[in-house]
Amino acid sequence: MEAKKYNKAYATPAFAPNLPVIINEEFCTGCNKCVDICRMDVLLPNPEKGKPPIVMYPEECWYAGCCVGACPEEGAIWLEYPINMRMNWKRKESGKMYRIGMKDPLPPNPKPPVG
Amino acid sequence: MDYKFEWPYKVNYDKEHSFSADILVIGAGLAGSMAAIEAAKRGKKVMVVDKAGIERSGSGGAGIDHWNFACSNPCCKISPEEMIEEEVEKASGYRGEYIIGHCNYIAMKESYETLLDIEKMGLRFRDEKNEFAGADFRDDETKMMFAYDYKNKYSIRLKGGWRLKPILYKEMKKRKVDLYEHIMITGLLNEGGIPGAKIVGATGVNVRTGEFYIFQAKATILSTSAPGGMWIFSTDLLGSSSVFFDPNNCGDGHAIAWKAGAKFTCLETSRKEGGGFQYAAYGTGNVHNTFYPCSLVDDDGKEIPWIDRDGKVLDNFKERTVPAANQKMFIQSGPQQYATQNPRPIPDLPERIRKGEFKLPLYSDFPGMPELERRAMWGLMVGNEGKTRMLYMQYAKAGFDPDKDMLQAPVMPPEEYSFRPWWHGIAPSQWREASFFAGNIITDWDLKTNLEGLYAAGAITGCGGAAGATATGRYAGRKVVEYIDKTSGDSQINREQVEEEKKKVYAPVTREKGLVWKDLRSGLARIMQDYCGEYKHENTLKIGLDMLKSVQESEAQQVVANNPHELWRILECLNRITLGEMIMFSSLERKASCRAMDFKRLDYPEIDPEEWKKFIVISLKEGERKSETLPLKYWLNSPYASSYLENYKKYSGLE
Repeated sequence: MEAKKYNKAYATPAFAPNLPVIINEEFCTGCNKCVDICRMDVLLPNPEKGKPPIVMYPEECWYAGCCVGACPEEGAIWLEYPINMRMNWKRKESGKMYRIGMKDPLPPNPKPPVG
Repeated sequence: MDYKFEWPYKVNYDKEHSFSADILVIGAGLAGSMAAIEAAKRGKKVMVVDKAGIERSGSGGAGIDHWNFACSNPCCKISPEEMIEEEVEKASGYRGEYIIGHCNYIAMKESYETLLDIEKMGLRFRDEKNEFAGADFRDDETKMMFAYDYKNKYSIRLKGGWRLKPILYKEMKKRKVDLYEHIMITGLLNEGGIPGAKIVGATGVNVRTGEFYIFQAKATILSTSAPGGMWIFSTDLLGSSSVFFDPNNCGDGHAIAWKAGAKFTCLETSRKEGGGFQYAAYGTGNVHNTFYPCSLVDDDGKEIPWIDRDGKVLDNFKERTVPAANQKMFIQSGPQQYATQNPRPIPDLPERIRKGEFKLPLYSDFPGMPELERRAMWGLMVGNEGKTRMLYMQYAKAGFDPDKDMLQAPVMPPEEYSFRPWWHGIAPSQWREASFFAGNIITDWDLKTNLEGLYAAGAITGCGGAAGATATGRYAGRKVVEYIDKTSGDSQINREQVEEEKKKVYAPVTREKGLVWKDLRSGLARIMQDYCGEYKHENTLKIGLDMLKSVQESEAQQVVANNPHELWRILECLNRITLGEMIMFSSLERKASCRAMDFKRLDYPEIDPEEWKKFIVISLKEGERKSETLPLKYWLNSPYASSYLENYKKYSGLE
């Protein structure tokens, strides 16, 4: 079969409007749990063992957040919506508008999801 | 681009692996996983294959917020027979009378028992910690929590649903199911290599290493998704999030089964998607689905009234969660027939916005709702549904607090504020989606297809959603075991068919230069938009079919894969060409417009004429597209009994 001749494979980084997957190298141990759980294979393992994964296909991200859920290290991986997906909310009492990404944001709400 | 990154996985195109077992399951979403568990429980050796990592793969892999059709739960006041009657006879369900009745009835009969099975595997879906004690939607004895119609309690709010798929994954491992991850199935294998003959296995390619897989089994369960993303594609704006559905839902199962000779129906169904290039799903002010029945206010804080089906204004929140006077039940979503119409915001809201009575933007008024209701909506449902657990975390990190904050709805033209799912943004009418459960493989009461040895479960049968997928998966797993126990003789894989398949699969890696898969995919989306858009016509559909053929002959032969990931996406595009052909052919064959399918023919504008109330069934025979029809409710026609319950008793293997 001719296909074998083409076993030298490579990838070229793709364009995305934003950086959906943000890896904090300080906390990432390079365990690649996020690589294997991603439904789209957005991430590739770093050729250097123990180093953070490569965000090779950010434009294929579905924002499912499975990578964030699977990460054993607090703060090592995070998702960010593009600006054009960010919706406002209004504090009922003050009437003030807020949104993800604004200057002087609210303090985080520590209440976890149910279950 | 100059920069090239060396592929980190060891690539070995053409290297062959062969495996065999009793049963092959294609697609390890909720349906496939449950089918595998059920068959393994009955002592069979099962292989499960998925394109993605199985722990979180499939439409429900990222999480689940509610469990529909739980008619046999002890709190439910609607029997499966009453529910299916509403959905099919009275066309109250999402797809009206074109819902696939037997599959959905199976879900109504078994989805609660399926949930109890999963509870035994470790899912804690009850309010054990009494966080919701005293809520109207909670049953104190069973500690179950319900959504939508609190009187009839047919839909369970699924605490912990975010963990559902990993639980099934663990259970499959525990039961020694052979898991083949990151492998895309590229074709079904027929006995003797002849399309239409018995299914004896399938071929696949590893999307990381490019290695080739041959699976042989006594029977196969096809549990792939409903097709998505046919009309809409642009990764530049929102990544894969430009589609609402799981972007891995490409119609792979449809394409491979069609080529193998399976019959399909309802492929002409599609819908304008509120999204396209939408906001994050459930990240905007809303009153639908998860957010039902959210309080809604305008920019001055003026409340938008809710009414019941008779137009009576509902003064308190509680009234939105129970049927109207003299109404047995309501169904949240669907075509809104009077019998089951749910309470809703005033239908003349668009007009009243125009007149200036309500000022945009509108907001979901969480603080204005009872505390446990908003906690159930945001903390429980958004906190457990696929993708939206991430949304919950993102919003929480940015300080969003449903106890204090009102979530804004997108600002849209007034007419968009009629009661329709969902307010996530608007798109032109040609940006369509195959929508929920469109394009169904024909199955009998055993969930067996017209091909010997091939069964189906989940969305591809017309019964999706977490409850429908797992229930039909469980049923198919049971039936397939019954089948192989009474079938003798080994089936042989035809080497010629394997070689043909390999040639097709690897062609894109043997090209030095050519097109990128995204170009092909967006080109296909354009063909769908233009020639199979909101309004269809014999002439334009025929041109569309010609264009698909032309692209297949030309551009599809020029796409290049520089690595196995790109090969994966290219093979999906090739399946999409086949799926496009199936959709356009079905659309040509339905020579009438149809309300439930949102199907509009310019040349046959009459909606639902009596003689066209039937299913269009398509298949490929000796390379030619064939169409036939089946009457509505064909699952209650000869050779089957005339009632759901009788058939169920005869076929389910349980009663």
